[in-house]
Amino acid sequence: MTTAPVEPAVVDHLDTLEAHGVFVMREVAAELDRPVLLFSGGKDSVVLLRLAEKAFRPGRFPFPVMHIDTGHNFPEVLEFRDRRVAELGEELVVASVQDAIERGLVPDPGPTASRNRLQSATLLDAVARHRFDACIGGARRDEDKARAKERILSFRDEFGQWDPRRQRPELWQLYNGRVRPGEHVRAFPLSDWTELDVWRYIEREQLDLPSLYYSHRRTVVERDSMLMAVGPFTPALPGEQPFEATVRYRTVGDMTCTGAVRSEATTVAEVIAEVATSRLTERGATRADDKFSEAAMEDRKREGYF
Amino acid sequence: MPATQVAGAALLRLATAGSVDDGKSTLIGRLLHDSSALFDDQLEAVAASSRRRGHDGIDLSLFTDGLRAEREQGITIDVAYRYFATPRRSFVIADTPGHAQYTRNMVTGASTADLAVILVDVQGGLTEQSRRHACVASLLGIRQVVLAVNKMDLVGFSENAFDDIVDAFLGFAAGLDLDAVTPIPISALLGDNVVEPSTSMPWYGGPTLLGHLERAAIGVSPARPGGARLPVQWVHRPQPGQPRGARAYSGMLAGGVLRPGDEVVVLPSGTRTTIAALETFDGPLAEAAPPLSVTVRLADDLDVGRGDLIAAAGAPATVTRDVEAVVCWLGDRPAQPGARYVLKHTTRVTRAVLREVVSAIDVNSLVAAPAASLAANDLGVVRLTTADLLALDPYADNRTTGSFILIDEASHATVAAGMVAATGAAELIDLTSAG
Repeated sequence: MTTAPVEPAVVDHLDTLEAHGVFVMREVAAELDRPVLLFSGGKDSVVLLRLAEKAFRPGRFPFPVMHIDTGHNFPEVLEFRDRRVAELGEELVVASVQDAIERGLVPDPGPTASRNRLQSATLLDAVARHRFDACIGGARRDEDKARAKERILSFRDEFGQWDPRRQRPELWQLYNGRVRPGEHVRAFPLSDWTELDVWRYIEREQLDLPSLYYSHRRTVVERDSMLMAVGPFTPALPGEQPFEATVRYRTVGDMTCTGAVRSEATTVAEVIAEVATSRLTERGATRADDKFSEAAMEDRKREGYF
Repeated sequence: MPATQVAGAALLRLATAGSVDDGKSTLIGRLLHDSSALFDDQLEAVAASSRRRGHDGIDLSLFTDGLRAEREQGITIDVAYRYFATPRRSFVIADTPGHAQYTRNMVTGASTADLAVILVDVQGGLTEQSRRHACVASLLGIRQVVLAVNKMDLVGFSENAFDDIVDAFLGFAAGLDLDAVTPIPISALLGDNVVEPSTSMPWYGGPTLLGHLERAAIGVSPARPGGARLPVQWVHRPQPGQPRGARAYSGMLAGGVLRPGDEVVVLPSGTRTTIAALETFDGPLAEAAPPLSVTVRLADDLDVGRGDLIAAAGAPATVTRDVEAVVCWLGDRPAQPGARYVLKHTTRVTRAVLREVVSAIDVNSLVAAPAASLAANDLGVVRLTTADLLALDPYADNRTTGSFILIDEASHATVAAGMVAATGAAELIDLTSAG
């Protein structure tokens, strides 16, 4: 009763997280017929691509890479997306919100309104058209309290909905990815990673990121205590005074709902130092889409959001 | 959050069990708050929420508040996962609710945990629920338990009150498979012995809860140290221009250590060969241990597929189609003899028929009694026969090669979690009913 067990060899926690992420990738590829990897160009999906390389090289990825293009993306991110996918030599599928608007699938909210929620309908449409049965995404449980209860393989019904009451129990590392036609699973290999883990991994693996993750000069306005970029889809509103600031982005989403933070961090090491001492969560600091209510993420997830 | 961690800072997974009344949410909130894992916007949101509900100051329990559906009904639906880190370690907390569907949630949370924190309210004494938590932890192979005796501030930080709980718990736990029980007197509300040492309990000379978590063993030590286990997860086909024998096999190591030159046996076929090389995306390895994901090349050109097990030749797993196991039943429809299921064991998926329900196990004592069926949240011993041969170990020896799930063929719901019995259910019952 009182003798402590002999401690097994200690494995570095990034190695543990990586090994598990690779395991999830391979389970999804082996058990589902038509998986797809969701790539936003953001830091978490950059890590997903590295995990896919670790899982499947020297072979090709057993799935295409898909970007949900809101039409309001940062140009640096689109440039990065095309370059990264070309380097990997993998197939890119682009599902476009603009296209969904033109086809009448979703209503046009106007040229400058956020297209964040339209991404869900666009994603589900792409899942149906390509008959994807698994979407591998970069969501992490530390991002939000709704995500904290998410499974690693999370079931979606034929309407793409997440029902927190009907989640499959997930024991050990025995993932149940069985679906019927029309249903699919979301797979989250980074479930147990924190924002800091992602940055430490980017540093260790020397992963390239879109330039806007690092400090740069940008014209912004201050809105709801966030710094929003001023651009063609994101004009200053009446009464707002655009100004130049030294900023970087902590998350990369649609331009209309992603804010910048003041930062002088120009290297990964400086970003890590900044993240480690930050007093705000990344979503709380930079995402207008999560500020609507206490349950904003929960509601969007039910509709089929990433 | 710490800017720097010591080299090789490892990851500890813990499960917390206890009800709202024991102060579990407050304890987790305190752990996150005092280890600086919380951010200003989270603090601000909880402060606002606390004011709306008429609390003075911050109600720490609101940090672990979950979904809107739960807030509206004042219940916890499911296991929630929380994260924090210190300069020494990173932690994942599986926070399991104590009441509704408790067994299902506790089994789920405990299945991946290295350590369990069982929370007891010092005023209420050792309850049936505390005993149940200890039983589930023991059954799921967790060998280290922290007995966090909470609300010490409400009994005047009395050493006697603490000792009474500890004595009662140790008396009960003596009959369980626990290697280490660490009792810690705490006040989650005031923070005593959670992160900061208490100044109100000079009679206590042990570690704080966080101090203990930073030093506790990682991984679960098996009943017997086993040989190497690599369930084949993915087969790499030869690249253009490579010979047929250039196939390689990937998986996550589930036991032992693998090195090039090791003699191994591929199960269930029983073919012997040698590890020619251990590979990763980053280059070859001289050795690999759990929980790393690796790719192996074998010295011989064999027909190896997903679901096969590469095992140490000197310590192979048992190959069988007949499985006796303790199951936690999760499905809405009860377990009935004759029913057919999909069974997933490591990376192998096969079909199984439930031959017999042997007994039901009382979750509060682990005493088994004869039974004919099992309902949702029941524990029991069953016998199954599978369509394909399985290469398995007793769960007590290996949590990966000793566990499986059953899946409903029509709905695809996960209906049971299974743990392979040691050498027959009769022995398991003798072992556990002694306590």
